[in-house]
Amino acid sequence: MSSAIEVDSLVVERGRRRVLHGINCTVAAGSVTGLLGPSGSGKTTLIRAIVGVQVVKSGTVTVLGEAAGAPALRRAVGYVTQAPSVYADLSVRENARYFASLYGLGAADADRAIADVGLADAAGQLVGNLSGGQRSRASLGCAMIGAPRLLVLDEPTVGQDPVLRADLWAKFHALAAAGTTLLVSSHVMDEAGRCDRLLLIREGRLIGDDSPAAIRAAAGTEDLEEAFLRLIRDSEQVTA
Amino acid sequence: MNLRITLSTAARILRQLRHDRRTVGLLVVVPAALLTLLYFMYDEAGGTFDRIALVMLGIFPFVIMFLVTSIAMLRERTTGTLERLLTTPLGKLDLLFGYGLAFGLAAAVQAGVAVAAAYWVLGLETVGTFGLVVLIAVVDAVLGVALGLFCSAFARTEFQAVQFLPVVVIPQLLLCGLFVPRAQMAGWLQATADVLPLSYAVEALAQVGAHPDATATMWRDLTVVAGAAIVALVLAAATLRRRTP
Repeated sequence: MSSAIEVDSLVVERGRRRVLHGINCTVAAGSVTGLLGPSGSGKTTLIRAIVGVQVVKSGTVTVLGEAAGAPALRRAVGYVTQAPSVYADLSVRENARYFASLYGLGAADADRAIADVGLADAAGQLVGNLSGGQRSRASLGCAMIGAPRLLVLDEPTVGQDPVLRADLWAKFHALAAAGTTLLVSSHVMDEAGRCDRLLLIREGRLIGDDSPAAIRAAAGTEDLEEAFLRLIRDSEQVTA
Repeated sequence: MNLRITLSTAARILRQLRHDRRTVGLLVVVPAALLTLLYFMYDEAGGTFDRIALVMLGIFPFVIMFLVTSIAMLRERTTGTLERLLTTPLGKLDLLFGYGLAFGLAAAVQAGVAVAAAYWVLGLETVGTFGLVVLIAVVDAVLGVALGLFCSAFARTEFQAVQFLPVVVIPQLLLCGLFVPRAQMAGWLQATADVLPLSYAVEALAQVGAHPDATATMWRDLTVVAGAAIVALVLAAATLRRRTP
């Protein structure tokens, strides 16, 4: 399987603090890859580097064969920031139609994306009047417009009820089955098991890169949360 | 730049404005209300109202649009929509000209109401025609939009954004010839006023006040103001970074 994302020796500094310490990883095309780690571990910084909005100190990020942030990728990569980045003073439909227009797409594509994230009934409402979970789904819907080849989602399921969360994960897998690559960050371990592959990041270093089953087997436990704790302890012993 | 994206961005900004009825109300009513205040202030002062009101018709849209745009752009920045937009096919100039177009149209409505109130309710009299006054007011508003977009690049918070009003707008207001004619100022002040775009807007309005037809000076002044607006928009695009630390 070819890789959609290749990260090579990526170092990022924010201010005087080094946030990523030489990350190496690849994300297979057509897969759902989970980027997991505690808050403050560097997940968002890595995601920003992949979508090409982060100033990097050294290393390279290659996305779909191009340098991250290349103009050709602006049609191919959908990005959902952690805070819902949609216009609170527009309705869901107006938001979706605006983002569709940026890709040269029309109202039908916008409406389909709204339905895909389960907001058809709320399409006429102002985003500012929606619940937190609905708002982040509106943001997700806007990123899915135009069928991007790579979807990069920063904590898309925060604040969603369990049923919707299951629906969204089913949607992610359906997209992957159709060839889309998804990189999904989360700090909720029970979502890790839903991914094809996991990247575990802690304090700016990658400490795990494998399938959930392999991580479970290596750690000798069925519980992914426990497996991660063991990985973290192991990595601390190595650095100590 | 892509015309379709620029237009749809302008339409999006106008839709946002439409949902905010209070802002629309303030935009439309405030300049006319302030002109009314001036009318009563200069009730006994002969032709002074005509001179001041004419200048104010150009200054109000400039100040108001500067403020509205710097906050609007800052909101794009702080809510993450700007970061997202910059990962899409939208060009930086599409966004900035979209703002210029949307608020330019809003300014046309605002100027139309203010000019109508000034001429037909408050009895403003000028030798030249009111259509030219509206035109100058709109170009002036676009200058306000462009400077607002440019300045918002240097503001991290709303507190900082509003502080650019005293820094960028008030000096132009003081030196534009409203308080003291430019020709009577000290040489270095005159030289400063000569490079500030608002001085040209005020001079253009004075030309409409004094001449029945559009003069060459008026067109030159209007070109200077429009040119300054374009330069500010291009500078704003240059300060807009796709990659941030």
